[in-house]
Amino acid sequence: MILRRPFFWIILLIAAGFIYAPLHGNNVSVREDLILIAIAIILASNLNLMIGYTGYVNFGHIVFYGLGGYVGLYLTTVRGWNLVLSALVAGVVVSFCGFLFGLAILRLRGAYFALATIGILQAVQAFVSNFDPWGRSTGMYLSFESYRPLGGARHALWITYFLIIAVMALSMILSLAIKNSKFGLGLFAIREDEDAAVVLGVNATMYKAIIYSVSAFLPAVAGALMFFKNGMIDPSIAFEYMLSLEGIVMLMLGGQGSVIGAALGGTLYEKLRSYLLTSPVLSNFHLVIAGGLLLMVVLFAPGGLIGWLYRLVPRARKVME
Amino acid sequence: MIDGVLVGAVYGLAAMGLSLIWGVMDVINLTHGAMIALGMFCMYLLFAAVHINAYVLLLPTIGFGLIIGLVVYWMAVHWVVGRSMLMSLLSTFAVNMMVIGIGTAVWSTSPYNVNFVLPGITIGAYTFTGNHIAAAISAVVIALALQLFLYHTRTGKAIRAVADNREAAELMGISSTAVLSIAFAIGIALACTSGALVSTLFPFTILSGSVYQLKSFVVTILAGLGKPFGALVAGVLLGLLEGVVTPFIAVSWIPLIEFGLFVVVLVAFPQGIFGKRATA
Amino acid sequence: MSTILEVRGVSKRFGGLVAVSDVSFSIDEGEILGLIGPNGAGKTTLFNVVNGVYKADQGTITFAGKDITRCSPDQVVHFGLARTHQIVKPLNGLTVLDNVTVGACFGREYLDLTDARKVASEVLQRVGLGDRADMMARSLTIAGKKRLEIARALAAKPKLLLLDEVLAGLNPTEIAAMIELVRKIRDSGISVLMIEHLMQAIMSLSNRIVVLNLGRKLAEGRPDEVVHNPDVVEAYLGFPDIVDKLTRME
Repeated sequence: MILRRPFFWIILLIAAGFIYAPLHGNNVSVREDLILIAIAIILASNLNLMIGYTGYVNFGHIVFYGLGGYVGLYLTTVRGWNLVLSALVAGVVVSFCGFLFGLAILRLRGAYFALATIGILQAVQAFVSNFDPWGRSTGMYLSFESYRPLGGARHALWITYFLIIAVMALSMILSLAIKNSKFGLGLFAIREDEDAAVVLGVNATMYKAIIYSVSAFLPAVAGALMFFKNGMIDPSIAFEYMLSLEGIVMLMLGGQGSVIGAALGGTLYEKLRSYLLTSPVLSNFHLVIAGGLLLMVVLFAPGGLIGWLYRLVPRARKVME
Repeated sequence: MIDGVLVGAVYGLAAMGLSLIWGVMDVINLTHGAMIALGMFCMYLLFAAVHINAYVLLLPTIGFGLIIGLVVYWMAVHWVVGRSMLMSLLSTFAVNMMVIGIGTAVWSTSPYNVNFVLPGITIGAYTFTGNHIAAAISAVVIALALQLFLYHTRTGKAIRAVADNREAAELMGISSTAVLSIAFAIGIALACTSGALVSTLFPFTILSGSVYQLKSFVVTILAGLGKPFGALVAGVLLGLLEGVVTPFIAVSWIPLIEFGLFVVVLVAFPQGIFGKRATA
Repeated sequence: MSTILEVRGVSKRFGGLVAVSDVSFSIDEGEILGLIGPNGAGKTTLFNVVNGVYKADQGTITFAGKDITRCSPDQVVHFGLARTHQIVKPLNGLTVLDNVTVGACFGREYLDLTDARKVASEVLQRVGLGDRADMMARSLTIAGKKRLEIARALAAKPKLLLLDEVLAGLNPTEIAAMIELVRKIRDSGISVLMIEHLMQAIMSLSNRIVVLNLGRKLAEGRPDEVVHNPDVVEAYLGFPDIVDKLTRME
């Protein structure tokens, strides 16, 4: 039934675009640009499941990405496992951790929950910094050996790219599927009024726990793939608080609650970010501009770009969701 | 260990700022950490300009805090009071990002220091650092002043009225906007002042605020809302706990422990140890 | 006729305040039981205990033979007990249809989305909101929102419906329409327990009435019995011997 939604095919089209663009002419710099955008879309889409669909603000979302990176890198480098298997296992392991974290903090509402997610991020970072098998604060490095099974470093990078595009497409498809499902409706009910939702028969405790761990899965897989590609990981780059926050800005910018919004926000913000970071004048103000953008969106356009678009062209909503 | 108790008083002061804003307008001020950091830099700049007793400089710092508080209120908070918690979280958060961004651009992330030292007191085998004592005393004095203000002045009573029931207060002729802006400004001023006090104790950067923000949250939750003295006591307790625990555990574990404490307290003491629970 | 709900010896306190004290009553299938009492008598608290929002400190609640005393609200709905709220809780960001679809999806029958939407449409027609199905819930009038509350509860296909002051805030025309609706609900086979302040409405609708005062059951019986009960009159009007004085004035 999801095949009947026009947006499903748009997603596949977007993914095809991402695959074709750098392949055409074997263009590595385009690929590097697009991979960052893809990661942004993955993070924003999965964060959307918590913030946009369920109404629970997760400030520490990046913890799944970082943990996925660690588990993935550990399995490929130290244990010599196959990349795809490592990434999938990383996804499962981190989801499970997410489920456990969720049990601890999902009983908290609203702001308390948001604060607790920051705490989880910091706690995990502190833990990993002291964890011997994962290199403590130095982290881990990938030996070039690990690229061998994939046909050498250059090939490996391309393969990793395609896998990440697949994860991106899956993230968007997952968002779309949930949005149009009974489970999604339950989440929306929780978002609108959790107490009313429970009285209507939604098992909020279970639903929240499920969506929290589901929202961990694909970012963890992406993390495993991305850090494999980058060849190294350490606590400060794995659990970069900024990235978590930027995920939120992306989502709000594009339009929380909407599948295309998450993707749009991710893309636009990532472009803005690359531009800011390379500009000599503005790089210091990257945080200021991001904050300013977020403030503008919250004050004037809480529905983000997509919200604004839907108000102009209401029929677009039927196609885009 | 006594140092821990003394520092705890400062934690309590910081938490009071957070708790006041939260209790009065149901807004969780995510600029809290950044404001603490600004307070640190304010003290640093004042001290660098005018080499007098740092504790005297607390007064202009409070003034600075009040002004910044008003600015932030009108920039971000006024428009989201009464909207969903998510919006107020995000808007204060956005301001936080901006302040940290500007701060990093201006001051980078290298550590700064306020070199003002008061002589310590030695009793038997224990030496109490002068700065710690002065910081604790300042915190207590300010807390007392706040208590007096809230309970014995018209504005203070207006603030408490609005915190209790905004609509009813408006019906009584209290301009809730004026009250909210003042309350917010005071909350920020408290944060800045606590930052200023911390700056006399430890080296700091623009990013140091976040550590104290977490502590403030833990203290606020422990104490429950709306009780300034409760926050002070809870702050001292936290300081005590830290003083006792730190010699045995690496510093990097502290955030983990404090976070664990935070979650445990939230789950176990929904009313706070002393007071009324926030609706989150 | 069998008993659909049996409340036995239920008590609930909040700290030092005893909200409900040793209340017992039962509802038969197909009945409308009215629950009345002065403000603060504990009526809504009782609802909250029956429906699982609060846990009873003492006593038991049996629904269609099942002990639901320890059940959570979402479990209770699955057994067939639905409720509306005194202060309406529409799911504002969703459409009217989606609101009711939630009720249908998570109610007594575990319907899938498509079936639930169909049920929701039917229910909306039944309560008279059919033409507003695609509106956002937040843009309904208060009367509309009250109907929405009921529609959501009906979509769950309950055997017992708890109505909490559905008439409050409505004008006379709306009240008449709502009374009709409640009657239709009972006629369709759903038992009703309703809290109401509007005396005439509750008198004409209820088969029996239970009166609460200060958390305790004060009286129980047919509407005409209850209204002449001196304790009940006293509770509402607050003066001792008021019945005496009133009858002497006649």
